[in-house]
Amino acid sequence: MAIGLGHYILLATLLFAIGLYGALAKRNAIVILMCIELMLNAVNIAMVGFSRFVTPALLTGQVFAIFIIVVAAAEATVGLAIVIAIYRNRQTIDASQIDLLKW
Amino acid sequence: MALSIAFWILAIVAIVSALSVVLLRNVFRSALALILCFLSVAGIYVTLQADFLAAVQVLVYVGAISILIILALMLTRNVPQGSPTNTLRIPALLVAVFFFIVVAWALANTPWQLSTTAPVTPTTAVIGEKLFGVSGFILPVEITPILLLAAILGAIVIAREK
Repeated sequence: MAIGLGHYILLATLLFAIGLYGALAKRNAIVILMCIELMLNAVNIAMVGFSRFVTPALLTGQVFAIFIIVVAAAEATVGLAIVIAIYRNRQTIDASQIDLLKW
Repeated sequence: MALSIAFWILAIVAIVSALSVVLLRNVFRSALALILCFLSVAGIYVTLQADFLAAVQVLVYVGAISILIILALMLTRNVPQGSPTNTLRIPALLVAVFFFIVVAWALANTPWQLSTTAPVTPTTAVIGEKLFGVSGFILPVEITPILLLAAILGAIVIAREK
């Protein structure tokens, strides 16, 4: 069976759903950031898949994916710096214990 | 034929390693599983004839972001805790399953205008043309270094010792 658009988009959706579950259900702040990176990778696969199967001549999906990678790198940097600063002050990175702003 | 085999192997490795990131107790092994997931996503880009993007994925994600994540893990050792789940486990699972079902249903019921022209390879020259050529994406290219500079300065200021 030839691999078509549906295969790639289903793979991207499955990776996104796994990352979504991890970002919502884990307590370790760094694991939450890792699951956010998973979601960004899933979106990239969808972008490149659409670019390849719908408009193969313009590589717009791949260009967009490059910018998503750059933004993900910047966001991972700042997010991990925040986690390190929190650990330095509170000796924990458990997201269910860092709840000062909670109602 | 070879493309199908490669796709199935890479897809299964990507999904199993993504599940390992979420389900493993040892947080360092989750990071290693994430590296494996990034590598298999780079392989998927190769099956999509996106060779430049596969190289960028390996260089940036595997080469830099994974190292950064492992560095942060080493600096925040929380040995008895590991990687537990919180109280929102079941609603999160329901949300993820519901999202997957909705998107799969929308995917199956949309008449995609698929094109049968062959993809352009190698992609490096065309991406360079798109980024830097006339009517290209030169504005995002110029804004990106400012974003990266802001991220670097922000990370340094947030994470430095007082």
